Amino acid sequence: MAAWELLKDQNFRLDGRKPTELRRIETRLGVFPNADGSAYLEQGNTKVLATVYGPHEVKGGRGRSNPDKAVINCQFSKSAFSSSERKTHMKFGRNSSETNQHLVQALNAAVMSHLYARCQIDVYVEIVQSDGSDFCACLNASTLALIDAGIALKDIVTCCSATIVDEKSVVDVNYVEESSGSAVLIVGLLPKDEQIAYMQMKGRLHADHLEKLLDCAVEGCRNINNILKERIGEHLKTHSSHFTLTRPATPGRAERSRPAIA
Amino acid sequence: MIRSNVFIRKTKRGKILKVVREHYLRDDVYCSFPKCEQCEEEKPIFSSNPSVDSKELVGKYLIIPDSNVVLHQMDILEDSSIRNVIILQTVYGEVLHRSAIAYKKLKDCLSNPEKKFYLFMNEFHRDTFIERDQKESPNDRNDRAIRTAALWYQKHLKPYEVEILLVTNDQSNKNLALESGIKTNTVEKFVKSLKNCDELADKLALTREASSSTGKTAVFEEHLPLSSIQVGLKSGSYIQGTFHASRDNYLEASVDVYEKDGLSILIQGQQHMNRAMQGDTVAIEILPESEWQSSSSLILEDDGEKNDESTISEDKKILQDISNKSEKKPCGKVVGIIKRNWRQFCGMLQKSLIETATRHLVIPADKRIPKIRIETRQADVLDGKRILVVIDSWPRTSRYPLGHFVRNLGAIGDKKTENEVLLIEHDIPHHQFSTAVRACLPSLPWSITEEDLKQRKDLRDLTVVSVDPPGCTDIDDALHCFQLDNGNYEVGVHIADVSHFIKPGTAIDVEAANRANTVYLIDQRIDMVPELLSSNICSLRGGEERFAFSVIWELDENAKVVNVKFTKSIIKSKAALTYAEAQMRIDDSQQTDDVTKSLRLLNKLAKILKQERIKQGSLTLASPEVRFHMDSETHDPIEVQTKQLLETNSMVEEFMLLANIATAKKIYDEFPSCALLRRHPEPPSSNFESLIKSAESKGFTLNVTSGKMLAESLEKSVLESNSYFNTMLRIMATRCMLQALYFCSGVVDQKDFYHYGLAAPIYTHFTSPIRRYSDIIVHRLLAVSIQADAPHPDFLDKKKTQNLCNNLNYRHKMAQYAGRASVGLHTQLFFQNKIVCEDGYILFVRKNAIQILIPKYGLEGTIFLDKSPVKFVYDETSGTQKCGDITFSSFDKVVVQISIDKTHIQHQKLCLKLVSPYIGGFSVSNIEEEPPQKKKRKS
Repeated sequence: MAAWELLKDQNFRLDGRKPTELRRIETRLGVFPNADGSAYLEQGNTKVLATVYGPHEVKGGRGRSNPDKAVINCQFSKSAFSSSERKTHMKFGRNSSETNQHLVQALNAAVMSHLYARCQIDVYVEIVQSDGSDFCACLNASTLALIDAGIALKDIVTCCSATIVDEKSVVDVNYVEESSGSAVLIVGLLPKDEQIAYMQMKGRLHADHLEKLLDCAVEGCRNINNILKERIGEHLKTHSSHFTLTRPATPGRAERSRPAIA
Repeated sequence: MIRSNVFIRKTKRGKILKVVREHYLRDDVYCSFPKCEQCEEEKPIFSSNPSVDSKELVGKYLIIPDSNVVLHQMDILEDSSIRNVIILQTVYGEVLHRSAIAYKKLKDCLSNPEKKFYLFMNEFHRDTFIERDQKESPNDRNDRAIRTAALWYQKHLKPYEVEILLVTNDQSNKNLALESGIKTNTVEKFVKSLKNCDELADKLALTREASSSTGKTAVFEEHLPLSSIQVGLKSGSYIQGTFHASRDNYLEASVDVYEKDGLSILIQGQQHMNRAMQGDTVAIEILPESEWQSSSSLILEDDGEKNDESTISEDKKILQDISNKSEKKPCGKVVGIIKRNWRQFCGMLQKSLIETATRHLVIPADKRIPKIRIETRQADVLDGKRILVVIDSWPRTSRYPLGHFVRNLGAIGDKKTENEVLLIEHDIPHHQFSTAVRACLPSLPWSITEEDLKQRKDLRDLTVVSVDPPGCTDIDDALHCFQLDNGNYEVGVHIADVSHFIKPGTAIDVEAANRANTVYLIDQRIDMVPELLSSNICSLRGGEERFAFSVIWELDENAKVVNVKFTKSIIKSKAALTYAEAQMRIDDSQQTDDVTKSLRLLNKLAKILKQERIKQGSLTLASPEVRFHMDSETHDPIEVQTKQLLETNSMVEEFMLLANIATAKKIYDEFPSCALLRRHPEPPSSNFESLIKSAESKGFTLNVTSGKMLAESLEKSVLESNSYFNTMLRIMATRCMLQALYFCSGVVDQKDFYHYGLAAPIYTHFTSPIRRYSDIIVHRLLAVSIQADAPHPDFLDKKKTQNLCNNLNYRHKMAQYAGRASVGLHTQLFFQNKIVCEDGYILFVRKNAIQILIPKYGLEGTIFLDKSPVKFVYDETSGTQKCGDITFSSFDKVVVQISIDKTHIQHQKLCLKLVSPYIGGFSVSNIEEEPPQKKKRKS
């Protein structure tokens, strides 16, 4: 594929990024005042809205409530105009309920759910525009929305994808790279404890490459985490005056591997 | 900065989509000029004083070629005098889309540090990226992008007094560039301003503007555009096929139709051939049945330079010849060319008759390629030389294709030059190994470390010997054998462990995979891996410790396998023998040392194995092979001998077969879908028809229903009066066979794995990793299956393995052809100043000729009968030619005179003339030479 020719010889990707560079990330917290927490996130051309309701009493029968911890409920959807071909996505189809489960799994690892016994937390995510790494953007946006809602988290769970082409691993894949047929690894990370909250692999990959690919994705997660921390800090600075926040510990690394955005 | 690329695309289903892609612009794209202070390039590419060796351009210059210059004038850019060139990303992208060949060459230039070519990513640079205007065509945008980048460079490097020269042949682009203050030049003017312009000017490709001389009348019909060809192919009015020009008649060709196997359409006359060339993929239209013709038996050569208009009158020649024949074939004409098969062609100059002319013709070495017109000012220098040329175009108005000169190979008839021609014509990579490849080699002195000893089985105490042809330096197999306490035998085959030194994915691995095999010419060997490995570190030389991959069997009294083990090992060969030496040791009952004893055991077991194999239906075929004895000073052949086959030859062969089959089973078990194997398909029975007919003429019936039947009936066909009869039958049987092929086990049905010639259900190549790449792959797979090595991702890729196999098969075929051509070349040199009479046998009787095999020289030649003043009568049913009371049929013994026909300097060929049986007016008498005397003189 012509797209990878450039990577092999010149270490550039088709869109002008180097292999370890993320796409531009834009965030806004608290976009919907009606919800308890909300966030809007852009990772390149992938744009996601997330809203959080709760914690509130468990709805739909007592049976679902848990006396020890909170029940997290996720609802993923994709707008009809999100990709270049207009297409209505089933809200309760197999694909989206699978994604729901995955989101719940990843968020469960981050939310201090024992603080919210017998409660329910609802997370609604909508993809407004899709350009690869959709799940990553969803998870990152949900984390921001949870923070905006003031829900206690162990750590900012961040998610990043990576793929490998001709021995070179490439981080934060966009749609063109995703559809080129090579295996894509998605990792959700709790950076403070270096714990993997979520991991998914699409496609077949030789075991030898896995370690390299995992390193690449984890590094991507850390960089996203640093960016998100910074953005949360900025948000708080402008919205609450009596809030001071310490700068992230290692900004150097983050800046180095971010795309050169002028 | 971020921009989005928005464009509109049509999907396969016909939907119109708007595609939005991100496009990041950067400020860390550097100019790569070493003195530049603004950029932080770590390893600048350009020299700090980039000068052009030119009469006009004084000072420091960097050159920017535009897309068309790179696409069409790659031969100029490749020249070593052109350096310090900026290749823009825009240009790079366009080249990638439009020509794979130019792209490959461009990449080679970029990766060569000597050339100082730099790829400037102007599309990713924030200052040089431009967006397409509303009314601008993509081409115009690209031209503007090139100008913008040139302007940026000019400004950027102004403080360092470096100037930019934009090389473009596009007039409007040139004007616009001049307006914005960029220096430009056309390729022609640029080259002419250089100091070594004479040499370079010849390499200039003829551009369309230069070649489409208006006012000339068109000679050929126009080719149809690809779109209408596709419509025609779909509707069935056109047929797609591969164009094959005839070797003997330049006005005749055939097209093998893709969809129907074996259907070939005749194309007659240059008008109908319509500029198609050997190997092109063409679209043809079938002519109405009333115009169908039979193929002509004329032999026509395109001699002399002709006017463009003369093609039509020439075409008439062939038609006249045909009109009186009966047997008609479907005929067609070429309407369009789907894919050209143009490569570099070797040839010689045919100087123009006009003294001062610069346009000359080149006669390609391959007879199927038409003459090529080139422009050169150094005709006197190139006269009598072999040269390399490239075809640029074949416009409608020209009778000959237009090309340009690339390289001078050397004088005609010089052996080195002729070898080079042979290698180029057979597409054999023979350049020196690159620095990257040599960097992969282990450093000398090389020795075995403790680490190696731990990982490998120490077999240095065993009596291992190697048996090879004389003069062999790449020894890749060795054997050992001794009797075990329980009466069984332990036999080991030790193969050089090349895969230990060639790791997957390294430069040396890529190079070896491309070369695929070592090519043996009579006086030269083109190695697959550098000599350090092939003749030293990997070669299992006598008395030296070497790494090996060993297969060790326990065989019982009847040579049945009791068990088999594979292991990586270290061995120390006790002796490197030749076949003859080994044979002598076996036969000499005086010798009782260990080496001889194990050789005798091996020989004994091999005989049993061979018997068993023949019982299974393995074929013993024959082909005449010869050895040349070379003069040690001039390296000219002084004597020819047919190769002798000793018992030891078959001894080594048996154990290699055993090892190959054992390995094939092992790797297929371990890697059912991605093992590299070798198969030999059963030939269709129609292939045997002529063989059966020939055997019948001597009263033998051949049964070809299976390999076993064929082997048995060949065994029975012995003629007491003619001892060579059986060998000839076997030679003829060999010609009926199909090619054996490498394949990946996952892409072929298991029932097709069968190796017909060896009667083995599964087979592979394991025993010659120094000279075959297939064996290296097999070694790696085997190493993984015995857990001696880590697997590599590519092993499991079926598609990659099959692609590799396709290359291996292609190279194998070409290496065989090259080997044969080399024998031909040396035979010619041998007979250069001789006329010899020799015994021969008739191999085939054809309609207009008889083919004769001369066993002494392993030589085959044709005597044409149709040009003789005496009338021959061909009898098709019995396959004989009759003249008076003399009848020629297959296997008849004749005496022929061999000489060299020097009438055509480029194609000197062996010429046979009949001596006995004597036919008045046709045969030559035996007086010119007296064989006994000659022999005396030699001794």
